Amino acid sequence: MPLKLVPDNTNIGFVKLRFIAFALTLALTIGAGALLAVRGLNLGVDFVGGLTMQVEFAQPPALDTLRGRVDRVGVGDSALQEFGNDRTILIRLPLPEGEEGAVQRVVGKVRTALEQDYKGVKFARVESVSGKVSDELITDGLWAVGLSMLFVALFTWFRFEWYFGVSTVVALVHDVVVTMGFFALTQLEFDLNIVAAVLTIIGYSLNDKVVIDDRIRENLRKYRQMDIKQIIDLSVNETLPRTVMTSVTLLAALIALLFLGPEVIFGFTAAMVLGIVVGTYSSIFVSSSLLITLGVKQRAAGSEDARAKGAERIG
Amino acid sequence: MLDFPKWKTWSMWATVVLCLLLALPNALAPSTLALIPDGLPKSQLPLGLDLRGGSHLMLEATALDVEKAKLESLEDTVRGELRSAEGGAIAITDLSLNRGRLTFTVTDLARVDQAISLLNKATAPLGVGNAREVEISRGSVPGQVIVTPTAAGIAAAIDGAMAQAVEVIRKRIDELGTREPTIVRQGKTRIVVQVPGLQDPEALKALLGKTAKLEFKLVDTAADPEEVAQGRAPPGSQILTSQEGGQVVVKRRAIITGDQLVDSQVSTDQNGAPAVSFRFDSSGGRRFAQATTENVGKPFAIILDGMVISAPNINEPILGGSGIIMGNYTVQSANELAILLRSGKLPVELKVVEERTVGPDLGADSIKAGIIASIVAVLAVAGLMIMTYGRFGVYSVIALAINVLMILGIMSAAGFTLTLPGIAGMVLTIGAAVDANVLINERIREEQRKGRGVIASVETGFKEASRTIWDANSLNIIVAIIMFLFGSGPIKGFAVVLSIGIATSVFTAVTIVRWMVARWLTNARPATLSI
Repeated sequence: MPLKLVPDNTNIGFVKLRFIAFALTLALTIGAGALLAVRGLNLGVDFVGGLTMQVEFAQPPALDTLRGRVDRVGVGDSALQEFGNDRTILIRLPLPEGEEGAVQRVVGKVRTALEQDYKGVKFARVESVSGKVSDELITDGLWAVGLSMLFVALFTWFRFEWYFGVSTVVALVHDVVVTMGFFALTQLEFDLNIVAAVLTIIGYSLNDKVVIDDRIRENLRKYRQMDIKQIIDLSVNETLPRTVMTSVTLLAALIALLFLGPEVIFGFTAAMVLGIVVGTYSSIFVSSSLLITLGVKQRAAGSEDARAKGAERIG
Repeated sequence: MLDFPKWKTWSMWATVVLCLLLALPNALAPSTLALIPDGLPKSQLPLGLDLRGGSHLMLEATALDVEKAKLESLEDTVRGELRSAEGGAIAITDLSLNRGRLTFTVTDLARVDQAISLLNKATAPLGVGNAREVEISRGSVPGQVIVTPTAAGIAAAIDGAMAQAVEVIRKRIDELGTREPTIVRQGKTRIVVQVPGLQDPEALKALLGKTAKLEFKLVDTAADPEEVAQGRAPPGSQILTSQEGGQVVVKRRAIITGDQLVDSQVSTDQNGAPAVSFRFDSSGGRRFAQATTENVGKPFAIILDGMVISAPNINEPILGGSGIIMGNYTVQSANELAILLRSGKLPVELKVVEERTVGPDLGADSIKAGIIASIVAVLAVAGLMIMTYGRFGVYSVIALAINVLMILGIMSAAGFTLTLPGIAGMVLTIGAAVDANVLINERIREEQRKGRGVIASVETGFKEASRTIWDANSLNIIVAIIMFLFGSGPIKGFAVVLSIGIATSVFTAVTIVRWMVARWLTNARPATLSI
C-alpha cells in the first residue's frame, strides 16, 4: 500500500477559515514589516560596502577580548559574529577611505595583530566591496525582485484573469515580507545569496498558486452551477495531496542541506525552508480565498476556454 | 499518450545520450582526459572560486581618467602634427589641458587655418560613416584653437583603453606564474579578474594597482624657485614630487616614455644594490641617444606614475639604448617594477572596488559538506517518492538522475562555472522535477478514485498535469531570466542553473517518465495500478 500523506477524499473547509487566515496573514505581514523597520536587516558587505574577514581560530576565542584586540588595531569599529561554530568568527570592518591598497593594509594589520595573540589563526575568506558597487548591487537586487513580481502579475493576468494576478501578487508580497522579517528577527546576514533565495521562494510559491489556480479554473468550467466557495474548497482539497507531497519532499532535501551542508549556504537554505512553509500556507489559505473577496465570476472563467486550449498541447 | 512514434523515442534518447556524453569528462581523471581526441566533448565543469578557493577582484577605471589620457595623447598629436607642418613648424604657446579640452594659441595668426586643417585631417575618423572623435574650433582669443573630444570619441577612447588594460593585466598576471586566470571586461569601465588557488591577493593587487607609466623628462633648471614654492610652474613645465622628498620642476614634454621599452630586468647598481635595467626598441634607443646627446650636462628626471624616482645628470650621451633605474629597491620591489615595465603601462588607473578571497581549505570543506548534504537530500527525495508512488516513484527517480547529469553535461559544454548558489539552484531544479511528477501521479490517483480504468487514468493524469506544469514552469523561466539579466554574481550563477534545469526537468520529468510508463503499460498490460 503506497504512502499517502493526505488521506483520500479529504475535505477541509478552507474558505470558512478565510477570515482567520486573512487576520493571521495581515498580522504576520505587519509584524514582519515592523521588525524590518525597527530592527532592520543585518546587511552583508554586498549591500553596505565594507570588509568581512572569516577567521578560524585553533581554540574558541573570547569575543570581548578579540573585539578589544581588533579595536586596538585602530581600523574602525568592528562587529564580530560567530559563523557556524565557536572557532570561526566573522569580523566586519568599515571600508577604509581613500586609495586602493588600503583594504589590504587593514587586512594586513588585523592579521599581524591576531597572529601575535592567537596561535594557528587562519584567514579563510576576505571580502571587500566598495560603497559604489554595493549601491549598484542593491539597485540590481531591487530591480530583480520588483520586475519578477511585475512579470508574474502580468503573466498570471494573461493566462487567467486579473483577480488571479492580484491574489497571487498579494500572497507573494506576504511571503517575501515574512521571509525578510525572519532575517530581521534572527539577524542572519542578508546578502546577495539571500536575494537569490527570495527570488526562488517567489518561484516556488508561484508554482503552488498556479497549480491551485489552474484547478479552480478547470472546476469553474466543469461545475458551472456550483457555488464559488464550494469550488475553491474543492480545488484546494483536490490539489492538497500534491501541495503537501511537494512541500514535504522539498523540505526533506532542504533540511538535509541546512544541517549537513556548508556553512556558506546556511542563510540561503534557512530562507528557503521558511519560504516554502510560508508559501505553502499562503497558497492554501490566502491566495485562493482572496479570489472570493475580489469577486471571481464563473462567467469570466468560462470565457477562458478558448485561451486555455492553446496550452494543452505540451507533454 | 501510449503511442510513442519511433522518431520521438530515438530523438529523445539521442538527446539524453548526447548530454550524458557531455557530462562524462567530469568523471574522468586528467590523464584519461588527455587521451580524448580533439573534437569530442572533453571540457570539465569548472568550479567557482567559492568552491575551490582563490581571489576575485573587480577593478574599475574612472571615465574621467580615460578622458584625461585621451587629451594627453591628443597633446602629442597636436605637437607632432604642427611640428612637421608643410612650410616649417607652426609655433604655438599656452598649450593647456582643462575642463575636458585642449587649448593652445598659434603665434603666427596667419597660420591658424593651416593648423586647424592639419589637425582636422590628423583626427579624421577611420573608415566611412564613423563619427568624428574630436572637434576642432577657434577660441575667443585670436589665434586660440580648442580641441574637444566628442562623446563618441570619449566612448571609443574608453573602449580602447579598457581593451588594452585587459591585455596588460593578462601579461602581468602571467608573469606571476598563476594558472588559468580569468580576466573579463564587465560593463564599460570594469574588469573582473579571477585567479583560482591564489590565497593572498596582495602581490596581485600590487601589480594591478599600479599604472607603471614610465617617462623621461628634462628638468627645468630655469624655473623660479619662489614661483615653484607657491605651486606655480613656468609655462610648458610642471611640478612633480620626488621620491627622495622635495619637488622637481620638469618640462611637460617627455623625451621618451616606457611605451618604447622592449625589456626590463632586475640587476644591480655599482654598489651592488638591486636596481632595474631596461632597454628601448631601436627607434626609442635612437631618440634617447639624440636627446641625451643634445642635453649633456643637464639633469633629467625618471618618472614613474607621476613620481620622480631620480633626477641624475646626463654625464655623457647614452647611446646603447639601455639604462638602469636606481632608487632604494629591494630585490622584491625591483622585480615587481621590472614586471610592470615589461608588461607595459596600463592606459588608465584601476581601482579595486570589490574583492573576494576564499582560502582553499574553506573551499574544500564546502565541497565536502555540499556533497554529503546533496547525497542525503537526494536519498530523502528518492525514498519519499518511491515510498509514495511505488513503480511510478522509481520512474521519477530515474528521470531525476538523468536530469542532474543532463544539467552537468549542458553546463560543461557551454562553459559555465559551478558555484555554491549554482548547487543550490540544482537542488531547487530537482524540486521542480519532483513537483512535476507529484502533479502527474496525484492526478492519476485522483482519476483512479473517480473510477477510471488504468489507461484512461494515466492518460488524463498526464494531460491535465502537463498544462499545470507548463504554466508553472513558464513562470519560473520568466523569473530565472529576470534574475539573469538583473542579478549580479551569485544570483546570475543561480539563474543559469535554474534556467537550464527547468528545461531539463520538464523534459525528463514529463517526457522521459511518460515514455517509461507507456512502455510498461504496453508490455505488462496491468489490470490495476498501485499508485
